[in-house]
Amino acid sequence: MCLGIPGRVIAISDVDGVRMGKVDFDGIVKDVCLSYLPDIQVGDYTIVHVGFAITQLDEQSAKETLALFHELGMLEEELRQDDEEATA
Amino acid sequence: MKYLDEFRNPEVAARLLEEIRRVITRPWAIMEVCGGQTHSIIRNGIDQLLPPEIELIHGPGCPVCVTPLEIIDKALAIAARPEVTFCSFGDMLRVPGSNSDLFQVKSSGGDVRIVYSPLDAVRLAQQRPDREVVFFGIGFETTAPANAMAVVQAERLGLTNFSMLVSHVLVPPAISAIMESPRNRVQAFLAAGHVCSVMGTWQYGPLVERYGVPIVVTGFEPLDILEGIRRAVTQLEAGRAELENAYPRAVRPEGNQPAQAVLEQVFEVTDRTWRGIGMIPQSGWRLRERYRRFDAEARFEVGHINTAESPLCRSGEVLQGLLKPNQCPAFGKQCTPRTPLGATMVSSEGACAAYYQYGRFIPAGDVEVAR
Repeated sequence: MCLGIPGRVIAISDVDGVRMGKVDFDGIVKDVCLSYLPDIQVGDYTIVHVGFAITQLDEQSAKETLALFHELGMLEEELRQDDEEATA
Repeated sequence: MKYLDEFRNPEVAARLLEEIRRVITRPWAIMEVCGGQTHSIIRNGIDQLLPPEIELIHGPGCPVCVTPLEIIDKALAIAARPEVTFCSFGDMLRVPGSNSDLFQVKSSGGDVRIVYSPLDAVRLAQQRPDREVVFFGIGFETTAPANAMAVVQAERLGLTNFSMLVSHVLVPPAISAIMESPRNRVQAFLAAGHVCSVMGTWQYGPLVERYGVPIVVTGFEPLDILEGIRRAVTQLEAGRAELENAYPRAVRPEGNQPAQAVLEQVFEVTDRTWRGIGMIPQSGWRLRERYRRFDAEARFEVGHINTAESPLCRSGEVLQGLLKPNQCPAFGKQCTPRTPLGATMVSSEGACAAYYQYGRFIPAGDVEVAR
């Protein structure tokens, strides 16, 4: 879980006073807490860990990392695991 | 994927390896602190591509692996209570306690849930005021900000049915403990990139100075790890000990300051026992007095618990870099991911699980690494 998948912020909202967002991981969209990146905007890339955006990433680095994770099957592995965890 | 041409960018990988081979003149032992890095190394066969002079020692940076048995047993006791809905990250469910694990509690009727984020547990507490919702708050500095925010949010929402079983551990005191051990062989560290995304790199300078050990902040992709090793070896060969950031795209020296502020607000430093290693002074976080009412240990009075580790399990030596997983007599025999004896075989970040998953069954040598 420490790999931290980069994703693109596609929406930002306030949920119960917490800055939340929707983040797109190469086609899979998840709800993510954006409280620790108060300046991040829609369109920016971030690394997400246990549902929290922890650091911002430039677009090129994010796309390269995503392509590699995709190629190695790690993206599907990580996100499927998340889905299984969330629904188990 | 142990062949160079399978790397996404084989030319860069070849260049890094060539540079490492060019500068290396003698054996060096380098520890990758983070279990995520261990998995990347084994999965990509990086250890097999490196010159034989380099030994990678797998560090204790797997939160599931180092959560002490006593805390696991407390989690089992709390999760078994009829009024409790116990929430955890998925990895923790199969970690063996003294006599059971969370899966067994769940199959015996316990309300045990796997969540993706600690905020999911807070939401559950909001939706179910009739239940005591307990979240298992483990992890290093990367995970702690999420858990801290869950406590802040529970307070903001005025929840009285949410609590957390806290067992957070910190990387810098672990590096100190490794360097101060009389059995230490580590000569350089690859620091965990995402821990530093949160905490920054400022905590590592004093360690470099105190122990004269190079520390290179490193990412998780194969090329990140090769670059981290290249920088560590270059320093070692030149007789230098410096802090270097080889992961600047995700790590700033100051780290994530909003996250650090919430961590400071919610947690205070405490002594912490690490499974397989023992007590490391000032190596963990616990809830501050202001948030103590969210402490599950106090709320459910799980005081003294007698623990019992499997006598066959040698994960403590694996966690300290004293034994490679495939040098353990039980590895792949009595101990597999389906029947794990210890946490290093359970966790997706554990060194034993990495060796098993990627087929490293051949013992690395007849002689244990450092006995």
